[in-house]
Amino acid sequence: MPYRILKKVQLGNSGTLFEMDIYAPLIAKKAYAGNFVLIRINETGERIPLTIADYDREEGIITLVIQVVGKSTLLLSHQNEGDEILDVVGPLGNNIHTEKYEHPIVIIGGGVGIAPCYPQAKELKQAGNMIISILGARTKDLIFWRERMAEVSEKVIICTNDGTEGVEGFVTKPLRDIISKDKISLVIAIGPMIMMKNVAELTSGIETLPKVKTFVSLNTIMIDGTGMCGGCRFPAKDGQIHFACVDGPDVDGHIVDFDILLNREKRFSEFEKKSYDLYKKECKKFKIE
Amino acid sequence: MKRDSNVKIPRQKIREQDPSQRIHNFSEVALGFTEEMAKIEVERCLQCGDPKCIDGCPVNIDIPNFIRLIKGDDLLGAIRSIKDYNILPAVCGRVCPQEVQCEKTCILSKRWEPVAIGALERYVADWERKNQLKECPDCEAPNHIKVAVIGSGPAGLTCAADLARYGFDVTIFEAFHKGGGVLVYGIPEFRLPKEIVEDEIETLKMLGVKVEYNRIIGKTLTIEDLKEMGFKAFFIGVGAGLPSMRKIPGMNLNGVLTANEFLTRTNLMKAYKFPEYDTPIKIGKVITVIGGGNTALDSARVALRLGAKKVIIVYRRTEAEMPARREEYHHAIEEGIEFQFLSNPVRFLGDNNNSLEKIEVLKMKLGKPDASGRPRPMPIDKSEYLIDCDTVIIAIGNNANPVLTKSIPELKINKLGYIEADDGGKTNLEGIFAGGDIVTGSATVISAMGAGRQAAKAMNEYLRSKFL
Repeated sequence: MPYRILKKVQLGNSGTLFEMDIYAPLIAKKAYAGNFVLIRINETGERIPLTIADYDREEGIITLVIQVVGKSTLLLSHQNEGDEILDVVGPLGNNIHTEKYEHPIVIIGGGVGIAPCYPQAKELKQAGNMIISILGARTKDLIFWRERMAEVSEKVIICTNDGTEGVEGFVTKPLRDIISKDKISLVIAIGPMIMMKNVAELTSGIETLPKVKTFVSLNTIMIDGTGMCGGCRFPAKDGQIHFACVDGPDVDGHIVDFDILLNREKRFSEFEKKSYDLYKKECKKFKIE
Repeated sequence: MKRDSNVKIPRQKIREQDPSQRIHNFSEVALGFTEEMAKIEVERCLQCGDPKCIDGCPVNIDIPNFIRLIKGDDLLGAIRSIKDYNILPAVCGRVCPQEVQCEKTCILSKRWEPVAIGALERYVADWERKNQLKECPDCEAPNHIKVAVIGSGPAGLTCAADLARYGFDVTIFEAFHKGGGVLVYGIPEFRLPKEIVEDEIETLKMLGVKVEYNRIIGKTLTIEDLKEMGFKAFFIGVGAGLPSMRKIPGMNLNGVLTANEFLTRTNLMKAYKFPEYDTPIKIGKVITVIGGGNTALDSARVALRLGAKKVIIVYRRTEAEMPARREEYHHAIEEGIEFQFLSNPVRFLGDNNNSLEKIEVLKMKLGKPDASGRPRPMPIDKSEYLIDCDTVIIAIGNNANPVLTKSIPELKINKLGYIEADDGGKTNLEGIFAGGDIVTGSATVISAMGAGRQAAKAMNEYLRSKFL
């Protein structure tokens, strides 16, 4: 049974970010913050993990946010309302742990990583927590869901590398200010690997800063998503073997060895490029935009 | 011909693709019997009064009967006879280890070579498929009782087929987007073409079995949900899909991967057809495979076909203890796979970019038998040596996957995570049965099928006593 795209909306002004509502009632019924799905667009497609950014149990809808980074995401962005995705499986991964913490929680979303922050902020706010959100991207066109995040946050801080909106610089700038001044119970960082690495470093108790418990969400290369292939395993400082799919995707950011993981995620880059270039050529030939 | 002269007919050798040719393609290695060969081979069967071959078969196919029917040119009768016991003959004719089952107990094997039972089974199944004579096996009248089978591997498929034949309304729930379990993600195309698996699943559909893909029971749906949907009994055949991994230093280098990942990429996701298919696979020139089972050999032979210049299998015991099928071992040798026995990796070494460059291996010697009954490999001090390689594939076995069992905390499992079930697959929970690798740990396709069959029988009795 294929999975129909009910709604497709462009996010921001970059032309590379999309929000898609997909009819997947069984998945919507079980979905919770922290979960993801694996999708395969068509018969020749690969399986890629995407976080469930929102869900509507009554309507049977899950919301995915996609940033075009390679062939599969480009192909997905070419699908329109009414089109069907061949396979969507989930919900996978662990639910986030929700409890009422003593102090506020800082939730940091970088680029497309803003999307998975939303359900987490929503659940944690519902559990009685005070949420401070930091949304960061290279430039303002890549920022989205400002209002949605504002609904579930006490305060939203926007950061852009080029200074086109909010604080100029990286998300670590406002984070440093916050943790040096206020007591914070938890930091959640979701976004590019390098951003999560920098956040985890900052909260690890360096300089005079306090150590703050930090969760990061690992969106590593996966095939099955159920612990079978081991492709998503991530290097950890505790020496144990961890799988992002069944032990995560949200994991203690202080145990992840980001340097090795950053390198690990590049292991197919030449193939990814080849695949992307070939598809771009095809798009040109058939005038697909 | 008389009996005495018949036994002297040499066993017909199955035709195979030439090694020099087949290492460049993913087409099937074994090509099966011609009609003429099958006709000669069936003459070798003595039609024993007390046939031992049947006892050697985990699903007790009436082997002398189907051979007799081939002899009488009744191939349709032969396939029907096989399917009374085994719903997947084209699969079993290819991947069953006949040499340790039916052919081992064949009376001829005492003095001569056994009848080529596996090749004959395959011959009949292929004949049926090629001539499109597939027919729906006999079934009892539908009783409209809903039964769920979780997992579409060999255990699940067999259980589903038998339950359908008993008249139940069967739905298979499969986590992947394709059915067949290990038959599609694990066993490579050149040993078991995927169209054959698809075709065998068609037989199940003829029986009215429904297959729902992308359903991870324990995640997408729980057993409780299925009960609410009206399912009255459950068969769990989810296999042992979690890769064993030893904490060897260097495990996270690029170029170190599990056989599960390597084979799933190639077999299920068809990475060997990249870029036509989007899933990539990267191997480099020299590949080392760790392990001595069928999975290790499959990985090595896939690597060769993907263009490896050299493939080395490193195994900690000797040739004699390898759990892999003899036939596949010989195929691997013919294809030029190098074996380094009594060797065990201790460390993976990388270059500046954290890519695998070498593996450090320790020589072993055999000691006293361990729990498995095989001599325990013991390290030889200071015998380390290095192997230069680009990729290492770890094929040292699989464990139970806890995704489903975690969602049913009351279900009794042993300390390794396998489900505790009796011979009929009965678990400690009413209406829940289990069989195959999730009960026994990694074993063969046919033993999983045997477990599926036993469970179907027990489920039939349970359901009849309770609901009919």
